[in-house]
Amino acid sequence: MGQQKNLDGYVGFASLPNQVYRKSVKRGFEFTLMVVGESGLGKSTLINSLFLTDLYSAEYPGPSHRIKKTVQVEQSKVLIKEGGVQLLLTIVDTPGFGDAVDNSNCWQPIIDHIDSKFEDYLNSESRVNRRQMPDSRIHCCLYFIAPSGHGLKPLDIEFMKRLHEKVNVIPLIAKADTLTPEECQQFKKQIMREIQEHKIKIYEFPETDDEEENRLVKKIKDKLPLAVVGSNTIIEVNGKRVRGRQYPWGVAEVENSDHCDFTILRDMLIRTHMQDLKDVTNNVHYENYRSRKLAAVTYNGVDNNKAKGQLSTKSPLAQMEEERREHVTKMKKMEMEMEQVFEMKVKEKVQKLKDSEAELQRRHEQMKKNLEAQHKELEEKRRVFEDERSNWELQQRLEQQKMEASRTLEKNKKKGKIF
Amino acid sequence: MAATDVDVFSNEEKRNLSLGGHVGFDSLPDQLVSKSVTQGFCFNILCVGETGIGKSTLMNTLFNTMFENEEASHYQNGVYLRPRTYDLQESNVHLKLTIVDTVGFGDQINKEDSYKPIVDYIDTQFENYLQEELKIKRSLFNYHDTRIHICLYFIAPTGHSLKSLDLVTMKKLDSKVNIIPIIAKADTISKSELHKFKIKIMSELVSNGVQIYQFPTDDEAVSEINASMNAHLPFAVVGSVEEVKVGNKTVRARQYPWGVVQVENESHCDFVKLREMLIRVNMEDLREQTHARHYELYRRCKLEEMGFKDTDPDSQPFSLQETYEAKRKEFLGDLQRKEEEMRQMFVNKVKETEAELKEKERELHEKFEQLKRMHQDEKRKVEEKRKELEDEMNAFNRRKVACETLSSQPLKKDKDKKN
Repeated sequence: MGQQKNLDGYVGFASLPNQVYRKSVKRGFEFTLMVVGESGLGKSTLINSLFLTDLYSAEYPGPSHRIKKTVQVEQSKVLIKEGGVQLLLTIVDTPGFGDAVDNSNCWQPIIDHIDSKFEDYLNSESRVNRRQMPDSRIHCCLYFIAPSGHGLKPLDIEFMKRLHEKVNVIPLIAKADTLTPEECQQFKKQIMREIQEHKIKIYEFPETDDEEENRLVKKIKDKLPLAVVGSNTIIEVNGKRVRGRQYPWGVAEVENSDHCDFTILRDMLIRTHMQDLKDVTNNVHYENYRSRKLAAVTYNGVDNNKAKGQLSTKSPLAQMEEERREHVTKMKKMEMEMEQVFEMKVKEKVQKLKDSEAELQRRHEQMKKNLEAQHKELEEKRRVFEDERSNWELQQRLEQQKMEASRTLEKNKKKGKIF
Repeated sequence: MAATDVDVFSNEEKRNLSLGGHVGFDSLPDQLVSKSVTQGFCFNILCVGETGIGKSTLMNTLFNTMFENEEASHYQNGVYLRPRTYDLQESNVHLKLTIVDTVGFGDQINKEDSYKPIVDYIDTQFENYLQEELKIKRSLFNYHDTRIHICLYFIAPTGHSLKSLDLVTMKKLDSKVNIIPIIAKADTISKSELHKFKIKIMSELVSNGVQIYQFPTDDEAVSEINASMNAHLPFAVVGSVEEVKVGNKTVRARQYPWGVVQVENESHCDFVKLREMLIRVNMEDLREQTHARHYELYRRCKLEEMGFKDTDPDSQPFSLQETYEAKRKEFLGDLQRKEEEMRQMFVNKVKETEAELKEKERELHEKFEQLKRMHQDEKRKVEEKRKELEDEMNAFNRRKVACETLSSQPLKKDKDKKN
């Protein structure tokens, strides 16, 4: 879209990244991490190990220590600083998950929680007066898989299937120090196979233009799901102080990449991909939630577009505008149709009336003619009659006269006047 | 955009924890920066000033490149805005720069409406962004942001004061965009005149309540330099793309018979200060202010215009869903009402026409009833006449018969007499 221009000298906008850096440090960062798994899988320990802090301690016990009957969703917020960077970290626990005898729908409170965070964000984003928009959306969900060595449990599959389109799911093999490297390999292969089989979309590392980075990403991908070990205790090994688990047969070191994938998880989650987890949550999961929510509001039961499987790219208001215009067209058409029907009916009726009138007129004409004919006939008859009568009368008179004349003659004869 | 990371540390229930080692989230700003660099930056400058005041030259000088610009004539009918987008790169930073020129500004005889196309352009860019933000399916993260981040207002170097056009225009723009006033072609003003000029301009701006952009002083890293620069406003700049040899260096300058005005010499003009502030120090802040202040103000006004509120009459906060649902209900109710109205209108029309036609029918029948009655009368008359005639005929016949009998008798008498 823009023209490429070459600069003839140093301008200075190469400092933009520094400006962005400064501003972001001043603002501070937020991150919300959710941990899900059955009790006793070492979730709290892992969190403590990841953030090198006693998030869960005797004072603030971890989820497993709180015996719950139903699945709860709890938040702990901590503010941690490092190198001038402030991070507000929220850990969302789900105590009780998978612990009941009947675990049907135990994922529901979790889904509800994720949705309610999306809802909060959507509402604050949609306010007229927007001030601070705190982002409490879940950026990442660490799912702990029990180290059975065999495969995923039905609950694992159910959970991941239901949540993979709502949150970035990173499956972890918990307490990996109970598996030998070979068992671990097998287990990982089996899990990934099952994940693919069920079309579960776990968090994907983004492709970059950087060759080096891509190689690192590929190395991580080959080790998925990451097998982790956590520890709250520091042990001395060969003069070094490391976090680890002391066994009679040796020490399983948390940060030893030969022992487990903890460092990979930490580097990926915190040091390289934390921002990307937030971006994917914002650009993909949240947008999905938002468009589904707004489409529901807009269509309110009208299934036309849903049936087409497409979501409108317009805003709900623009959608209403379009619907309004459609309605106007529909109304115009309806009006035209009704007008037509009306005209037709009127025409019919008028025609009928005309016909009726014509008929009556005809009959009237007919009767008139009849009457006239009768009149004429009568007149003719009268004329004939009168003619006849006057003729007869004339004749009578003539005869009378004749008779008078003859009688007079007779009389005169009698009188002898005639010789 | 980074609007989601906001300083919310003040009102949260959280614990401050110390870390037992290097966790690694101090790389978060780097992660953010690397993501921004990959995405690329975009920056939009609006240059407002009379024709020939040196806008294009200054842009060329600032960005060390020859942007295409035909010289505008003084005979434009009105003011129109000409945006041009360029792709620039400096080290690994990509910048999509849009320069918007106001062509024809200050040339008309009647300049009352000169500010309107400018305000309209700024509002249109806000509107486009708002529309994208309101869409159901939106892609904000790769949206080409065309909102104006900075307006450089070029003041003519009269040496006296601001023109009324300047005050009117800046007043109309100050709530919509970051304004940095600059004195153009500053090489026509002497140092002492310049000092007085600057003071006059700033006091006029203050007394007229024009809000110009203040370089931010809340970040310790840049507060000092920003504060000192604030005191040098408005910047008196000279632009030039021609190179002149001065001493043993070749610098950008303007050659006069009496000397050489060096663009990058801070004792000659404030060009370097402008470049520092605009590009090297505060570019990101300008973008942020545009988004967080000017855009939010526009958005708030627009949404209020459309009837959106944050709280209902009982001061309960509306959720987005409720708001949209309410609007939709209203909208559907409206459509339904319109439909009803139309139907009702037709029903009335039909009733009216029916009544009319019935009336006509009735009239027709009446007419024919009347005719029928007339006809009956006529018929009766004819009958009477016929009866009359018949009577006469009968009477005549009787006479005839009587006469005949009578006439035959006298003959007999005569005959008798003779005998």
